[in-house]
Amino acid sequence: MSENATYEKPVPVIDPGTKPFWDATREHRLSIPRCRSCGKHHFYPRELCPHCHSADLEWTDVSGKGEIYSYTIARKPAGPVFAADVPYVIAMIALDEGPRMLTNIVTADVEAVRIGDRVTVHFDDVTPEITLPKFTLDKA
Amino acid sequence: MAREAVIVGVGDVPLKDGKVVGGGSVLQVQARAAKAAMDDAGIAMRHVDGLLVAGLWGVPGPGQLPSVTLGEYLGIFPRFADTTNIGGSAFEAHVAHAAMAIEAGYCDVALIVYGSMQKSERSRTLGGRPSILTMQFENVWGIPQPVGGYALATMRHMHEHGTTPEQLAEIAVATRKWASLNPAATMRDPISIDDVMKSTPISDPLKLLDCCLVTDGAGAVVMTTAENAKAHGCRSINIRGYGEAHTHWSIGAMPDLARLTAAEMSGKAAFEMAGITHDAIDVVECYDSFTTTVLLTLEALGFCERGAGGKFVANQRTAPGGEFPLNTNGGGLSYCHPGMYGIFLLIEAVRQLRGESGERQVKGAKTALVHGTGGTLSSGSTVILANH
Ligand SMILES: [Zn+2]
Repeated sequence: MSENATYEKPVPVIDPGTKPFWDATREHRLSIPRCRSCGKHHFYPRELCPHCHSADLEWTDVSGKGEIYSYTIARKPAGPVFAADVPYVIAMIALDEGPRMLTNIVTADVEAVRIGDRVTVHFDDVTPEITLPKFTLDKA
Repeated sequence: MAREAVIVGVGDVPLKDGKVVGGGSVLQVQARAAKAAMDDAGIAMRHVDGLLVAGLWGVPGPGQLPSVTLGEYLGIFPRFADTTNIGGSAFEAHVAHAAMAIEAGYCDVALIVYGSMQKSERSRTLGGRPSILTMQFENVWGIPQPVGGYALATMRHMHEHGTTPEQLAEIAVATRKWASLNPAATMRDPISIDDVMKSTPISDPLKLLDCCLVTDGAGAVVMTTAENAKAHGCRSINIRGYGEAHTHWSIGAMPDLARLTAAEMSGKAAFEMAGITHDAIDVVECYDSFTTTVLLTLEALGFCERGAGGKFVANQRTAPGGEFPLNTNGGGLSYCHPGMYGIFLLIEAVRQLRGESGERQVKGAKTALVHGTGGTLSSGSTVILANH
């Protein structure tokens, strides 16, 4: 939802190293680098594997499933553009493939969020160019 | 005889309601702090040949080359400069770097300076990091910076170890008691655990009174050789050990949210260099950007087991009269916090070791541990100081 020409919150300044990630989210795919040398995924995308420092990397679509490793409920906004959203949840997700990813949890009940909750990616097309990979709780 | 680096001067500028008395530009207040420290050392500014500066001022612009700008402003021509910026812990690293430079003969008199006018200039915000490079994966979520990252770490620590908000509040209350003994502190009225618990929620589980102040401030430290110190009649403080490390800036890249890896590394290095154990430490000055920073740091430095920080700080153990004197000037939580606080940890440790701390003096303090944390639990630097 919310495809919105007047989106005023910060958007990623996409660079050559991160373009494949944001290209994929625009197509509603979650794609992150995987190392052909050690087999591990990583996020955010880097030029060298942060685990073994190999340059032999490939972009791979991942499940978009994971669990909440930690979270906070913002009671004060990160600047005026987020003021209308308070309270909102910023969470660190441990993807099933291993890496952690900062995101928002889209929920009507911020108080229900807990560490360990299972989550699934939820693509939010905030502008015609930018889609943010947010997450929703699997529990009802 | 081998050259040995010592601290010979410290200085700061007076604050009123968190603002520098008399105001000034960020260069003026740094010059005032530098002069105070040089006067304290009894060494003339013209002898300074090493300048160590880190700051958040003048960017973009002259602050991009802070030592070059400040050297020019002070009218000195340093032959050694260090602008290492690893966050608020930079100044503990500067002490280490200056010690190495002095002992290698690379400079004779090193001046470390910091200043900020963030409160007077109203330049502090909770947003504001441009969404470029690594921050394109953090900023877009509206994470209040830097409190949100510390909140994530706190939540994880609570989950893994059962740490409670009341245990964190113990730190805020104890630190305020120290501030009430420090005439220079910004917030001196006593607070209770209940006051902390009822303070404005900022980023769960952190509340207003878990967070450091937003103030102005400027401070400086002077170092030279033990031999030069003797020649000038300085009161020297010895540097027994140091260490530094950094692990990440993006909170998403922190290796373990419930564990301060950088402090584990820097603390271990500092204790090994000093050749002492924890029971030799009489007073600890540790960065308290948030109550949780203190908790994580005490665990990482090995003053208690990992996960036991909440129990360790219970019953006002770190308050005046408690068995573990901590942040004796009132800390970033209650004394001042001008963006990067680390230099004030050093200044307070030196004053404690000289016995100059008045009502808040820790009796017989001989050895102090100073630990800075920078970024979003990103960096750690530890310095062990002694007056013997
Ligand atoms: Zn690898």
